[in-house]
Amino acid sequence: MNPAPATPRSAPVYALVGNPNCGKSTLFNALTGLKQKVGNYPGVTVERKVGTAYTQHGQPLTLIDLPGAYSLAARSPDEAVTRDVLLGRRADTPTPDRIICIADATNLERNLYLVHQILDLGRPVILVLNMMDLAAQAGLTVRADHLSRELGIPVIPCEAAHGKGLIELKLALSRPDLPLPRHAWDIPAALAPAVSELQASLRAQDGKGPLVARAEALLLLTDPDPVRVAGSTPLSPATARILESWKQRWAADGTDCSGTLVAARYEAIGRLARETIVPPATGTRATDADATLLMSDRIDSVVTHPVWGWLIFAAIMATMFLGIFTLAGIPMGWIETLLGWLGEHVSALIPPGDFHDLVIDGALAGVGGVLVFLPQILILFFFIGLLESTGYMARAAFIMDRVMSRVGLNGKSFIPLLSSYACAIPGIMAARTIEEPKDRLATILVAPFMSCSARLPVYLLLIAALVSSNEVPLGTQVGLMLLMYFLGTAGAFAFAWLFKKTLLRGAPPLMIMELPPYRLPRLRDVAWQMWERAAVFVKRAGTVILALSIVLWFLANFPKPPASAEGEPPVGALAHSFAGRAGHALEPLIAPLGFDWRIGIGLIQSFAAREVFNSSMGVIFAVENTGDETTTRAHLRDALRASVRPDGQPLFTPLVCLSLMVFYVFAMQCISTIAVVKRETAGWKWPLFQLAYMTGTAWVASFILYQVGRALGF
Amino acid sequence: MNLAQLTAGSSATLKAYPQAGPAFTRLREMGLLPGTRVTLVRVAPLGDPIEIQVRGYRLSLRKAEAAQIELAPEPPAA
Repeated sequence: MNPAPATPRSAPVYALVGNPNCGKSTLFNALTGLKQKVGNYPGVTVERKVGTAYTQHGQPLTLIDLPGAYSLAARSPDEAVTRDVLLGRRADTPTPDRIICIADATNLERNLYLVHQILDLGRPVILVLNMMDLAAQAGLTVRADHLSRELGIPVIPCEAAHGKGLIELKLALSRPDLPLPRHAWDIPAALAPAVSELQASLRAQDGKGPLVARAEALLLLTDPDPVRVAGSTPLSPATARILESWKQRWAADGTDCSGTLVAARYEAIGRLARETIVPPATGTRATDADATLLMSDRIDSVVTHPVWGWLIFAAIMATMFLGIFTLAGIPMGWIETLLGWLGEHVSALIPPGDFHDLVIDGALAGVGGVLVFLPQILILFFFIGLLESTGYMARAAFIMDRVMSRVGLNGKSFIPLLSSYACAIPGIMAARTIEEPKDRLATILVAPFMSCSARLPVYLLLIAALVSSNEVPLGTQVGLMLLMYFLGTAGAFAFAWLFKKTLLRGAPPLMIMELPPYRLPRLRDVAWQMWERAAVFVKRAGTVILALSIVLWFLANFPKPPASAEGEPPVGALAHSFAGRAGHALEPLIAPLGFDWRIGIGLIQSFAAREVFNSSMGVIFAVENTGDETTTRAHLRDALRASVRPDGQPLFTPLVCLSLMVFYVFAMQCISTIAVVKRETAGWKWPLFQLAYMTGTAWVASFILYQVGRALGF
Repeated sequence: MNLAQLTAGSSATLKAYPQAGPAFTRLREMGLLPGTRVTLVRVAPLGDPIEIQVRGYRLSLRKAEAAQIELAPEPPAA
């Protein structure tokens, strides 16, 4: 056997690779436990997970959990990261010394395709055959020892979900002398000279190692787009010329290099799979896993049924939505109470003054502004975790795809958009379930159009101010609310369509989605994902939200009014502050929408959270906060109705109220959303674009409404 | 006959990708190769996409893509 070439370093680096849905995360969590770090690969929006695992002999090792991939001929940013780390292209990640491949034993043939590509790299590989219990249930006998002999690598049967096979895996991790794979497969004769020539050129001209050069040569012949294969390491002109001349030759004689190569791999894999998998005695075909699918099929015939399917879908979505919308309110109340209590105690400790206000109204309020999102995020990711680990998520996308594809999105955009009706923050975070990067970005860009729960109090106040009676007729209220929700939804779909036609145009993405068999959810993995999302939100977005909250507090409190104004109602101080001045400065811009500088202050303060508009109006019109929401809103409504412009005309006419509501439907006024979009798109470009286009849309919509309304005499 | 025209529950053998475009590399890598046996399991309630069984697993793809995959004529049923 070939011994491993170099003695491993003190903490060798292992990479964990596998297809999506093969139990990779479960295995990673089982191996690393709590010792893992979640971050981002610099420059891309792909999550990077690295943990520390221990061999059976207690030696630590670094384990990189690479994104799930079907092939090294990467099609998505996730797959590109997997390819680049394995090929040693990323400067920020060490090239793995050894590779743990995980494959689903119930679906060995397709899972082996990626394994086959990885064996080309000629590095020590351990193959984990997961879900052996399900394979056994399906009546399949998996001859792991045979596979191990054929490939010349350790092959470990495993049930990651039950912790079975972990000891054997850790024993294999302990081995200092992992053999190199004995991996010989026949590259089709028509392509072999091209592979050799490209390999030689990649070594000489592009400075690649011999086996990496061969693997890259094979990828260049698999994926017709060499730029995509080369990624961050563009081909040297010499190599590109060789590739081009071969492709011209093949075009002339009708050789399909990609198809031939993939077929040759599947031929080799098919032979391995037939020898490894012994089908049930009654079965007819080696690859048949009918028994596993039988149960799934029964469920599927119901959940994708033209009637029952929609009812179940609607029920699940309604439960999830109500969960975020109402259930989250309970812990959110606790967080507010806790912070209020904390505020009182801290308040007693610090003498009154600017520092006191900074701590209480700036920092503590900012912390509250971060924490208050956690219940919604946790609840949404609880549901997403359940839906994903059971396999229903793929079915939801399956039945919704037709609807979403009308505006150029795919079925997976539905849950992020639906969640955004409660709050855009968890909704935007949920968009990471969409693999296609352009669809993900389009979804993120339009998600805040969905009227979130923070807009509700603003709508309610403005509707109350708009009707003349003290009791808002139910029909008017419901009608206007529905109109606002409709406007936001229509805006989201219209812009998604527009973006996919223009900014995010490209070849229509293939919607190729695996429908994994139904499985019982693993609550530990679900809990793990909830924890991970919450931690990422607090660490990455929380800091930005906190900083911006303090900035907003500063703008609303400084500079202080001159000493003579002490004791004036707070409206004087607010008017004197930067926010007040900004309101004045904004007035020429928003006057065509029917707003004056006081509303301008409300708009600026809404960036902390949209519902702050109400308390902002409370300060400006000196309405006392009674502590009871309904009474306060009634007082506030009366104050708004009584407010007048300098010329004595009423300020909050019904038309102004409507114009303001429409502005709130479309405008991007939420620093928390901006912070999350920045985190999810890995930069300031898209959140700033979103801020500009949404607020621009809001201005145009309110302008048209107000000016047309005025022209019609309202 | 192409894959999009298959009726639910029936099986066929893939013949070719007449337009050997770049978009189909991934479908090949997922195991849909000339000579591969596929079964159309069901069509989504709104008529698109479709769900097929191939190499022992389930895959969903849109009809627009499926229409690009040619099927071999079936031998007459015995």
